[in-house]
Amino acid sequence: MDDFYRDFILDHYRNPRNFGRLDQPTVSAEDLNPLCGDEIRMDLHVNGAGIVDDVRFSGKGCAISQASASMLTEELKGMRLEDVAKLTKEVVLENVGIGISPTRMKCATLGLRVAKSAAIGEIAGWPDEE
Amino acid sequence: MIAVGDAKLASIVADFPILSHPTSRGKRLVYLDSAATSQKPQSVIDALVEYYSDYNANIHRGVYEIAARATDAFEAARAKVARFINAADTREIIWTRNATEAINLVGYSWGLQNVKSGDVILTSELEHHSNLVPWQLLAEKTGATLRFIPVDHRGMLVLEDVDTLLRGVKLLAISHVSNTLGTITPLEKIVPRARAIGATVLVDGAQAVPHLAVDVRALDVDFYAFSGHKMLGPTGIGVLYGKRALLESMPPFLAGGDMIRKVEFERTSFNDLPWKFEAGTSNIADAIGLGAAIDYLDRVGMDWVRGHERELVAYALERLAPLEARGLAIYGPKDPALISGVLSFNFADIHAHDLASILDTDGICVRAGHHCTMPLMEKMGWPATARASFYLYNTAADVDVLVAGLEKAAAVFKL
Ligand SMILES: Cc1ncc(COP(=O)(O)O)c(C=O)c1O
Repeated sequence: MDDFYRDFILDHYRNPRNFGRLDQPTVSAEDLNPLCGDEIRMDLHVNGAGIVDDVRFSGKGCAISQASASMLTEELKGMRLEDVAKLTKEVVLENVGIGISPTRMKCATLGLRVAKSAAIGEIAGWPDEE
Repeated sequence: MIAVGDAKLASIVADFPILSHPTSRGKRLVYLDSAATSQKPQSVIDALVEYYSDYNANIHRGVYEIAARATDAFEAARAKVARFINAADTREIIWTRNATEAINLVGYSWGLQNVKSGDVILTSELEHHSNLVPWQLLAEKTGATLRFIPVDHRGMLVLEDVDTLLRGVKLLAISHVSNTLGTITPLEKIVPRARAIGATVLVDGAQAVPHLAVDVRALDVDFYAFSGHKMLGPTGIGVLYGKRALLESMPPFLAGGDMIRKVEFERTSFNDLPWKFEAGTSNIADAIGLGAAIDYLDRVGMDWVRGHERELVAYALERLAPLEARGLAIYGPKDPALISGVLSFNFADIHAHDLASILDTDGICVRAGHHCTMPLMEKMGWPATARASFYLYNTAADVDVLVAGLEKAAAVFKL
């Protein structure tokens, strides 16, 4: 687990990308990880062609939840909203790489769950349980 | 006596089998989460095995030999609890599943009978959810209001205005030791004042009975709740102490077998104390296991336990102090005389969960989060803390491993 905290993870934790709120999001969602209280909100803006053209996340929590949400926002830009709804945990695992312990999987997938919830308009299941 | 070489300490450590089992990474287990649940000595494990393998039987109505033996062991454990906390009468000891159930029993039985609209329930800002949520529910059901004794920036209760706070109070429900900060409530400063105005007093002793000598009669409380699993006993067994006259006056909490005297189709007369509050088959094995845990603590001596934890906390504060310059923030009064064996902290911008994960790789078990005290965390402005909690089997070497683990976390996070 200690080898999980590589430079790029710490960089995303300390300098999160696309951090903040959108003034006029098309869809948004927020949720918290009941195990540890990590909170994440995702605001997505979708253009007329159904493409996510802007995204912001906000929240607080551990390096895993914040860094993986930050990395996810970079993936979301340019995606079709309907494809966001279909994302699986693999996207997060590819982003954060090796070393996530099972006890921290919910931290890693919280941002994805929130993004999917925004895309489908209701609370999505936990990506790590699908 | 905290040195690994100390003979008494070494023999205590040897009594806990889990402490000699390495982690999956081959590390020595450094267990610093006894405030969540304690480890169990071999004698407690043996007591459970012995009951199940030698005299497993239901209690109280069996005429055959092993049923009598089970009944005797079960009731002997109750007597041990009574003596351990200096209750006047064994009938004042009610078995529950844990401290939470003990507090809820009082809320539903005594509370619904006695608390009325407009009454005040006084508790504090540092309570565990177990000693807060039941009172929120009771207040909602009865129209009573909740009032809170404030905590200061060190996590100490502010008791200057205790008489004002106590005005109109029907129930004082307060913890003896905080599970988040370890702060010891000066009950002697508040309970007599509460009694003087006729308030009923419940103390949540989940973090006190395992670590301090507790005398419920000297404290003069009406109810006192605690859990077996935090004091070397098994999970699933807890205790409600209540003054006999009060318990006699209260309606049953749960209804069914064992708690009855005579049942007719339309009505029932209830059993005597303590069984009136013990509906259904009790947790026989774990009550017996808790009895064995009390025997163990008696052999060690609660004064030794308290002294040992004070030394550990003093040593930990001394060893951790140099890290404060690098961003380690230790919460609470930082005075071993005022706290039991609990230290809550955060380290620079490392989130408590990340800290706990990094420490875990070295076999160090600490808890991270809100410790079931969300209102306190909110008030103090801590999103989460890491918490190291000590018990009689911890050593100075455990503190050294913790300090080394924090150094490593600093390196991992490039502090
Ligand atoms: C102060 C305090 N009260 C109550 C409890 C609840 O104990 P249990 O979960 O065993 O009922 C705890 C346990 O963490 C505690 O620390």
